[in-house]
Amino acid sequence: MNKCMERLYNGIIKENPTFVLMLGMCPTLATTTTAINGVGMGLTTTAVLIFSNLIISALRKIIPDRVRIPAYIVIVASLVTIVQLLLKAFLPELDKSLGIFIPLIVVNCIILGRAEAYAAKNGPLESAFDGIGMGLGFTLGLTCIAVFRELLGAGTVFGFTIIPEAYKISIFGLAPGAFFVLAGLTALQNKFKMPSATNGSSNGSVLACGGNCMNCTGSACMANHAQLETRRLQAEEDALTAKKAAVAQKQAELSAKLDKKEE
Amino acid sequence: MNKLLNVSSSPHARSNVLTQNLMFDVAIAMIPASVYGVYQFGLKALCILLVTIAGSVLSEYVYESLMGRPVTVMDGSALVTGMILGLNMPPEIPLWIPFLGSIFAIIVVKQLYGGLGQNFMNPALAARCFLLISFANQMSGSAFKLDGVSTATPLSVMKNGGTVDVAAMFVGKIPGTIGEVSVVALLIGAAYLLYKKVISIRIPAAYLISFAVFVFIFGQHTPAFVLAHLCGGGLIFGAFFMATDYVTSPITPKGQIVFGILLGVLTGLFRLFGGAPEGVSYAIIISNLMVPLIEKATLPVAFGKEGKKA
Repeated sequence: MNKCMERLYNGIIKENPTFVLMLGMCPTLATTTTAINGVGMGLTTTAVLIFSNLIISALRKIIPDRVRIPAYIVIVASLVTIVQLLLKAFLPELDKSLGIFIPLIVVNCIILGRAEAYAAKNGPLESAFDGIGMGLGFTLGLTCIAVFRELLGAGTVFGFTIIPEAYKISIFGLAPGAFFVLAGLTALQNKFKMPSATNGSSNGSVLACGGNCMNCTGSACMANHAQLETRRLQAEEDALTAKKAAVAQKQAELSAKLDKKEE
Repeated sequence: MNKLLNVSSSPHARSNVLTQNLMFDVAIAMIPASVYGVYQFGLKALCILLVTIAGSVLSEYVYESLMGRPVTVMDGSALVTGMILGLNMPPEIPLWIPFLGSIFAIIVVKQLYGGLGQNFMNPALAARCFLLISFANQMSGSAFKLDGVSTATPLSVMKNGGTVDVAAMFVGKIPGTIGEVSVVALLIGAAYLLYKKVISIRIPAAYLISFAVFVFIFGQHTPAFVLAHLCGGGLIFGAFFMATDYVTSPITPKGQIVFGILLGVLTGLFRLFGGAPEGVSYAIIISNLMVPLIEKATLPVAFGKEGKKA
């Protein structure tokens, strides 16, 4: 069960598909015009993702390696068709506003990516939780973007007016606005060092700059690695000398006390 | 160490021209147009200019201080960006819109890409397009007023098949954005820039000539029509002040001519066949994006390699 929880954390925070993995950008940019669309798209993808991960993981020993991609596509496409028909039946409004992007879930990188990277190698239960985690992470990302875009572009959030009509900046409802908001939120995520796969501290990060590009010199990754390593060693050394100095001082004090006693 | 033995890499000869001098020359060259704009549209125009200049300089200062970068407010580039943006605003716009535009120009278009010299687009024009898309109502149409009455700009009159008074357009007695109306004032500024060798004639000449030829071929085949198009809208302002921006125009002489022709053709296309009456700003920012390609294609052959064939 612990592993399942780890999968959820991994999908929502550590490897968030929108802000960290940068997968599925097409629906991210296209469907986030209003918050409700963002939530709808995210949850639809989540549903498909959970079941595709589950089924692919369950069939992983049966599917021959050479035809695995077509096999995955068949599974995902059937699931998407089911979801689309369900949406048409129960949420026709959402189906209308998402339009072509529902069938396009079939080719969403997140779904094929998780199938290849996780479901094909792990058991059904973990895979299903991986799907839930990734799906919720995607939903979270889309909702964040959509809330900002709706707020700035139309002055509303989930349909409630917050900013008066005269002050809306309509570019945020259009394609450029999607890029602005996505870039801004990703930058914030990096700035505040949310725990993620790309945001290690300089200690023990496998990435070149440890997520701290302000201190990088030039673009040479190896040089940055070396620089980080020396900086870390320097810090350790400093700590060590400080400790030694403290110990020496204590010893000196102790011996002084002893001297006094002897006197 | 003996200085005579000190070997350094080129360039050895340095010019005394600083970014600061160039920027202040450009600012001086825009004064006639600004003065005319303020004279024609009144104090509102002055307020807009002050707001955009203050907004640009302030956002540059705030951003660079916050990011711990050297503060380059004194080089005048933010001042020029603010001035160009202000001159591009219609006189009836609410003041917060130009302010937002100047923040966008400096922070998003210029500083996020690394500051002066790194921006791939003219910041003032990118901000103008940002505002045009965001605030379509406030930025065009009824926003243009002359003597307190909203009137269509000459270009929209021509778009709808009407006729216009070219002489009035030349002097500037027409509605439009603050800085673009008076061709005379703009030409005075342009002459100053050419005289001081801040800009070369290549881009503006290639731009205006190719545009005139395009309009003559695809529009009405009369000199009056071509002249009206040349004097109308932001063409003169764009050709001399915005297309010649050092950062976003090619550095090779051949490339500058290609750039000018591209601008002329695009502007002609937008004006004659596009939905909106004006297209100078879109033409310039699209051509800005082509600059790296143009420079790559027109790279001069290195000295000593002229004879060899590639």
